Amino acid sequence: MMNKRYTLSVFTEDRVGLLNRVTIIFTRRKINIESIAASESEVENVHRYTIVINESADTVNKVVLQLEKQVEVIRAFYHEDDAIVYQELALYKLPTEMLLAGQDAEKIVRSHHARVLAVEADFTVIEKTGHKEETQALFDELKPFGILEFVRSGRIAISKPMRTLTSIVNELENKINQN
Amino acid sequence: MKTLEIESKLVVKEAKSMSGAQAVVQALIDEGTDLMFGYPGGAIMPVYNALYDVEDKLHHVLTRHEQGAVHAAQGYARATGKVGVCIATSGPGATNLITGIADAQIDSTPLVCITGQVHSHLLGTDAFQETDVIGISMPVTKWNYQVTKAEEIPMAIAKAFYIARSGKPGPVLVDITKDAQFEMFDYQYKEFKGMRSYLPKSELDESCLVTAAKLINSAKKPFVLFGQGVVLSKAEKEFKAFIEKSGIPSAWTILGLSALESDHYLNVGMLGMHGNYAPNKMTNECDVLIAVGMRFDDRVTGDLSRYAKQAKVIHLEIDPAEIDKNVKTEVAVLGDAKDSLLALTKLVDKKQHDDWLRAFRDLEQEELKIVINEELNPSTPVLSMGEVINSVNQVSKGDAIVVTDVGQHQMVACRYSKFNETRSMITSGGLGTMGFCLPAAIGAKMGMPNKEVIAVIGDGGFQMTIQELGTIFQSKTPVKIVVLNNEFLGMVRQWQELFFDKRYASTTMVNPDFQAIVKGYGIETCKVTKREELNLAVSKMMDHEGAYFLEVKVGKENNVFPMVPTGASVSEIRLK
Repeated sequence: MMNKRYTLSVFTEDRVGLLNRVTIIFTRRKINIESIAASESEVENVHRYTIVINESADTVNKVVLQLEKQVEVIRAFYHEDDAIVYQELALYKLPTEMLLAGQDAEKIVRSHHARVLAVEADFTVIEKTGHKEETQALFDELKPFGILEFVRSGRIAISKPMRTLTSIVNELENKINQN
Repeated sequence: MKTLEIESKLVVKEAKSMSGAQAVVQALIDEGTDLMFGYPGGAIMPVYNALYDVEDKLHHVLTRHEQGAVHAAQGYARATGKVGVCIATSGPGATNLITGIADAQIDSTPLVCITGQVHSHLLGTDAFQETDVIGISMPVTKWNYQVTKAEEIPMAIAKAFYIARSGKPGPVLVDITKDAQFEMFDYQYKEFKGMRSYLPKSELDESCLVTAAKLINSAKKPFVLFGQGVVLSKAEKEFKAFIEKSGIPSAWTILGLSALESDHYLNVGMLGMHGNYAPNKMTNECDVLIAVGMRFDDRVTGDLSRYAKQAKVIHLEIDPAEIDKNVKTEVAVLGDAKDSLLALTKLVDKKQHDDWLRAFRDLEQEELKIVINEELNPSTPVLSMGEVINSVNQVSKGDAIVVTDVGQHQMVACRYSKFNETRSMITSGGLGTMGFCLPAAIGAKMGMPNKEVIAVIGDGGFQMTIQELGTIFQSKTPVKIVVLNNEFLGMVRQWQELFFDKRYASTTMVNPDFQAIVKGYGIETCKVTKREELNLAVSKMMDHEGAYFLEVKVGKENNVFPMVPTGASVSEIRLK
């Protein structure tokens, strides 16, 4: 079966160790996590992990069921790229003297809609938000200046379907109260 | 203590000042625990100290190893249907529980495991007997939690019991730092009623039931496979009503064994690698396959690409993650087996499938001729494992609980034991844990003191937890131990014979004098080497009041057949 890029959104209770429980599901099946980002969600005490993997549809479906099976995982979803709005952030640290010596620094920053975050005597930090291809394109152009450090965040994603987390959580809480 | 009701319908008891350790003990009692298994040590000493005051309400059984404690708790849980409880100290105490926890996880056994932990200020410092038991146990527990404050204890334990026994049951672990055990606080018990991030079971979907019933009603050759789900949801009666109304031949996984009495007219035997001939063959002949509370383990299915491809599969299952995991289903009926079976029985037509059932019985005759007759009445002078099991059947009349270890004797015990009542077969199925039997039998007997409990063990597995003879001796637990001694690790040897050119690498056992060892523990013993001694010895064992050890010398190089070799299809099952 063909592998594809999938973005998983995992909504969980806010508890120590849960991230470990979630990643174990992947490592046990020898699935490489391409990126992972964890944060709060719009609902109090609900955290969300955004996990990107490259897998077959069958595998991702099974993994999501295993994630949902975990006590304290509220819900888990997976999406292909066209069903989400997603973003990443990259930071580039470059030698200031090289940027000053070069001709194109301003043009490159401008054409990539990047931002200069900090300028120090010996280094400059540039920030770029965008999809991996976009942050990579900037990386390639900045490479001749001598990149001192580079970091890219995990993908974060918002799904296009209009089902809200609040409605899901309310529904689950109602079920518990009925019991 | 006065019980009072608050508006959220939770049963709450009046607050009472006590230490965390006393709270652990009180919470266990409040959850209905009266028996637990364990082994003390530094980080759990405050809890043991608290136990000392309540021995009349909460009896603690000292095993000889923490692995013995967890297997005993498993045996107790499997025999009684209640949550098994075990307790150990930090570090090695906790890691020694892990095999049993993994076994309970894969076999869905409800367990609450309590471990001591170093003082919270020492966490992460490589303190004496510190181990990250939360991290280590995470992949093999349904849930786990580390307590660092006494006030967390009542809720942590209430939640642990709720999670362990609800939905698809499983083991949970609560790790409690020593300072939390010493800390004083106001204890208040609250029954745990559920959480938004855990739905134990799905509500039944009427349309799925209707589709499933339609398929069943139009089937010419329907076939039911049932597993432990029937037992776990206490649906034995509902299951029987379902198959009797629809007239469908039914075969069991080894964890489903005894959910339906052995001599039921629709019971067509055991599935899987060493199961019966007919159910394996017919899996690839049926037109509708109805799986009830089983998970299509690879030892049941053989090669999945050639498994029941001709059949439409209906899967009654509580765990959504099991649907389509191994076998693609036509209809998935999510829910508790008891609810699903009750609803489905109403929708199916009353039918008989006489010709189809007869086809099973015809294949059974072939197995009888080629395998079973020789196993139960060997033409050679050496004793077979099957005739020992048969001899036990004749005395137990199917009323005993049989506990097994893992290997050839396990397959033979599952194949030939007869049962009248549910929860009569306790075996390590998914994990295949050698050393499971002896401690599990202790737990089973303590849980069901009025039932005869017979531990059937090989000479290999017996020596993996042989130290638990000490537990039997001290607790005077009257289990009957039958060691089938072939001086080999028999199942591995069988594979070496069949698939590794008889190269018997490290499978020969040079055994000690078991009689002398067991006598050392004050247990009555007997050794049988000849056929004519067998029945008398078994009767003597069963009549004996206390614990008893019967060693039977069986054929060294006997094989278990039928067999579905690894990678083969179930229809390629070999009779020899």
